[in-house]
Amino acid sequence: MARHTQLTQTPAIVTANAELAERLHKVWETEPGIKGFLGTVDHKEIGIRYIVTSFIFLLIGGVEALILRVQLAQPDLHVLSPEQYNQLFTMHGVSMIFLYAMPVLTGFSNYLWPLLLGARDTALPRVNALSYWLYLFSGLFIYASFFMGHAPNDGWFNYVPYANRQYNPGPNIDFYSLGMIFLGISTTVSSANFVVTAMRTRAAGMSINRIPILVWGTLTSSVANLIVIPAVSLAFFLLYLDRNYGTKFFQPQSGGQPLLWQHLFWIFAHPWVYAIVLPAMGMVSDGLPIFCRRPLVGYTLVALSTMATMAIGFGVWTHHMFATGMSDLALSFFSGVSIIIAVPSAVAVFAWIATIWTGRPVFTAAFHFFAGMIALFVIGGVSGFMTGSVPVDWQLTDTYFVVAHLHYVLIGINVFPVVGAIYMWFPKVTGKFLDERLGKLNFWLMFVGFNLAFFPMHISGLLGMPRRIYTYPHDVGWSAWNLITSIGAFLFAIGVLLLFHNIAVSLRRGKHAGANPWDGGTLEWAIPSPPPPYNFVVLPTVASRHPLWEDRLDDAPGRSRLDTGLALDKGRQMLGTSVVDAEPAVILQMPFDSYAPFTLAVGTTIIFVGMLYRSWPGMAAGAIITGIALLLWLWPGRLREGSPEAANEPPFAEPDHV
Amino acid sequence: MSAPLNYLTSHGARADMILPLTRGVLIISIIVILIVCGLLAAAIFRRRPVEAPGADPRGLLFRPRGGLTFVYVGVGISTLVLVATTIRTMKTLADVVSPPREAKLTIEVTGHQWWWEARYFSEKPAEIFTTANEIHIPAGEPVRFKLIGGDVIHSFWVPALAGKTDTIPGQTNITWLQAERPGVYRGQCTEYCGKQHANMAFFVVADEPARFEEWRQKQIAPAAPSADVAQGLSAFQTRCGACHTVRGTPAGGKVGPDLTHVMSRGTIAAGTLPNTPGHLTGWIANPQGVKPGNHMPQIDMSGADLNAIRTFLQTLG
Repeated sequence: MARHTQLTQTPAIVTANAELAERLHKVWETEPGIKGFLGTVDHKEIGIRYIVTSFIFLLIGGVEALILRVQLAQPDLHVLSPEQYNQLFTMHGVSMIFLYAMPVLTGFSNYLWPLLLGARDTALPRVNALSYWLYLFSGLFIYASFFMGHAPNDGWFNYVPYANRQYNPGPNIDFYSLGMIFLGISTTVSSANFVVTAMRTRAAGMSINRIPILVWGTLTSSVANLIVIPAVSLAFFLLYLDRNYGTKFFQPQSGGQPLLWQHLFWIFAHPWVYAIVLPAMGMVSDGLPIFCRRPLVGYTLVALSTMATMAIGFGVWTHHMFATGMSDLALSFFSGVSIIIAVPSAVAVFAWIATIWTGRPVFTAAFHFFAGMIALFVIGGVSGFMTGSVPVDWQLTDTYFVVAHLHYVLIGINVFPVVGAIYMWFPKVTGKFLDERLGKLNFWLMFVGFNLAFFPMHISGLLGMPRRIYTYPHDVGWSAWNLITSIGAFLFAIGVLLLFHNIAVSLRRGKHAGANPWDGGTLEWAIPSPPPPYNFVVLPTVASRHPLWEDRLDDAPGRSRLDTGLALDKGRQMLGTSVVDAEPAVILQMPFDSYAPFTLAVGTTIIFVGMLYRSWPGMAAGAIITGIALLLWLWPGRLREGSPEAANEPPFAEPDHV
Repeated sequence: MSAPLNYLTSHGARADMILPLTRGVLIISIIVILIVCGLLAAAIFRRRPVEAPGADPRGLLFRPRGGLTFVYVGVGISTLVLVATTIRTMKTLADVVSPPREAKLTIEVTGHQWWWEARYFSEKPAEIFTTANEIHIPAGEPVRFKLIGGDVIHSFWVPALAGKTDTIPGQTNITWLQAERPGVYRGQCTEYCGKQHANMAFFVVADEPARFEEWRQKQIAPAAPSADVAQGLSAFQTRCGACHTVRGTPAGGKVGPDLTHVMSRGTIAAGTLPNTPGHLTGWIANPQGVKPGNHMPQIDMSGADLNAIRTFLQTLG
C-alpha cells in the first residue's frame, strides 16, 4: 500500500535527462539474487511471471484436451477409463478457465497498465506481488491432486450431489473446493489493485474519456470479480464443510438444496466468462487502430458497451439452468436478458469492422489475429444467442453445440487476441520483433485448425451428442464429425507450438525493435523497449487519447507533454490523480521490494494444506506465518529504504503554511 | 447415416412447437455470420484510393468520417432481430407449458446412476407397476412425466419428442410429451452424473393405443416362473435378489432395475447392449467390463449358476 501526501504545491518540473534516468534506475531496479526473485514488486516482472505461468497451464490443459480428443476420435475406444476421462475433462476446464484465461489477461494488464497510464507501477505493488504468489500456489495446489491421482472429477461446474462425499468419497473435490477459495483470494486482491490503479494512478490529464479500452476491459472485469467471487468462494466453502464437517447445505436427504449450488456457482461463473473476454476485447480495440492507421471508431460506445455487457451479464446466470424446472416467469426474464446481452457485443463488432473499413489495414501477424478474432466472435456470439432462447436451449443445452459455442467464445475472444497481443507487444517487452512470416503461418494454422476442430462440434451437437461422455456408440451418427474434430485439434495444437517456436527463435535472434515499432499512439510506445524499471523518466501529461498521434491527427485540444514533467525521484514516487479528470492530487510513496507478500502466500498455502488434511495444527501454523507476514507488511517506516537521500528530505517542497 | 438423437426433426407435439423456433434462430444465425463475416472481409480487402506517390507512410495516419453511422445501423438492425426473437421465444414458451389436451397417463421417471426407473401410475393401486429403461407410451396421446432424482442430478431427454428436463433429488419436475406416430425414440441422460454418464440411454416406445394397453396389462401381471427354471430362480434369489425385483418371486431388491418383464425390453444396461442371450450372459458375468464403475457388482459364480440365471431371466417375457 502506498502512502501519500496531499499535493498543495507544484513539485519541480524538469526535462528528462540521463542523470535523472540513472538515479531513477537505481531506485526502481529490482534487487539481484534471491531477494529480488522472491521480493520483487515490479509490475513488469510480475506481469511476465503471470503470462509465463498461465501459458504453462495452457500447455498442460492443451495436452489434456488432445488426450480427450484421442479417446473420442472413434466410437467405443478404450484409451482412457471413464474415471480418467472425467478427471481429464475436469482438469482441462479448470486449467483453461481458471489457471489460464484470467491470469494471462491479469499478466498483460499488469505489464501494460502502468505503461498505458503513464505511471511507474500499479497502485498496490505488494498486493500485486501477493496476487501472483497466491495464483501460483493455488494452481500448484489444484494440480497436486492430479499427480496424486485424485484430480477433481465433477467438471469445472462441480454440481452437487455428485460432488458430495457420499458419491465422491476421495479427496478430489476437496482439492478443488479449497483450490478455488485459494485462487479466489488471488483474483480478489489483484482486482482490488486494478480498481485502485485505474482510479488513482493515471497520468495527469488522462481523464476517463482518454483511457485505453484495454484498461476499461480489465477495470470492468475487476469490479465484477469483486462482486461475484464471494458467491463462489462461499459455495465452495459450504461444500468443503459438507464434505468434511457434516453440514448438509447441499444434501437433499437432509433438506439441503442441490440447486443452491447451481445458483451460487453460476452467479459467479457467468460474469466470470465476461471477465475473461472483456480485457481481450480491449486488446483488439486498442490494437486494430494501430494496424488500421486511424483511431477506433466509436470509442465512447465501445467503452460503454464494455461496461454494459458486464452490467447485463450479472442478470443471465440462470441460462445455465433452463432445464432445472424453473418457473415460466423466471425463464422468460432470463431468456430475454440472455438474448439482449448481444446488443453491446454488436456495438463492439460493428465498431471494429468500421475501424477496418474506414482505415488502411497493415497486414501484420497481430492484425491477422485481431481480424480473425472478429469472425470467431461472431460465430460464437450467434450460437450464444441461440442458447439464450429457452425452448431452443432445452434441445441445445448439454450437447456438443454448447461445447462448440464456448470454445468459439473462449478461444476466439481470449486466445486469439492474446496471441495477437503477443505479436504486438513482444517488441515492447523484449526490444525484439517476433518473426512476421512465421507469425502469419502461426495464424493460419491456428485459424484453420481451430475451425476444423470446433465447427463440426456444432453439427455433432445438432445430431444430439451429449457433453462429458467418455465414449459413444457407432450407430448414432457422430463418428465422422468427431474424427474431423480430433484432427483439427492436433492441427490447432501445432499452430500453438509454432508460436512457442517463434518466441524461442526471436528471443535469440529477433530483429531489433525501437521504442515504437508499429507507430502506435498510446503512452507505452513513448518509452524504450524493453522499458526501464521506472517506466517514465518524467511523468507525462496527457491531452488526448493518442498522445503520440496528436500532431498528425491534429484534433486534440492541446498537446501532451512527454519529455517534460514531474521528476518525483525521492525514493519510489508516483503521482496520484483524481478519479474522473486525472488532475494531480497527491504524491504516492511506493513500497520497495519485500518478502512480506511471498511469506503471506506461503502462510496461506499452509492454511489450505492444513484444511485439506483437516489438521488443526497445520491450519494454526499457517495462520501464525500469515500473521507474521502481515506484521512485516504493515510495519511502519519501510517505504523509503534503499534511498538514503530520500530519508533525509521531504518528498516535495513543503507547503508554506506548514 | 441415422442420427437418432438429432433435434432438427421432430415426432411429437412438444418438439413440434419448438422446432420452428430452433430452425428460425439457426437460419438467423447463419445469415448473420454470412453478412457480418462478409462485411469483415470487404472491410479488409476493399480497394482503397492509392496514396499520392512519395507520401510519407507515417502520414497515413488519419481520422476519416462515417464509421459511426455504420455502427448505428448495424446495432439498430441487430437489436430489432434480437427483440423479435425474444418475443417469439416468449410465445413458444407460453405454448409449450401445457399439452394440447389433458394427459390421461402419468409416468414417474427416476434417474439413477446409471439407469432409468419408470413407474406407471393408475387410479387402481393394483395396476401401478415399475419398469426400467424402456418407457412405452400410447401414440397420439399426451403423457405427463413426473421427474425425480434418485441420487445425483440427471437430465431426461428424448430429442425427437421434447427438450430436456433435469431430474433433481429433493424436487419433482413435471413435463409432458406426445409421440404422433408409433415408433422407438432414443433418449439419453444429458446432465453429467459420473463414471457411466455416457452409457445412460433409454428408449421411449410409442405404441398404437390398443397395443399399449396390451403391453400395460402384461407389465401389471407378476412373473410366473415355471418349475423347470427353479434352479435359476433360486440362484437369482441369492445372487441378484438383494438388488433386483422380480414380482411374483421372493426377489424384491430396490437398488437395481425391476426385472419382472426384462425380456420384453429391446436392450439391457440402459441402452448399452442389445438384449440377446449372449449379451445378457456377458453382462451378468462381467458388468464392470461392460460399464466400468457402474453399481452392479462383479459376482463370482459357476458357469452352471450363470447359465441357470440366464435361462431363468429368459422366461421373464
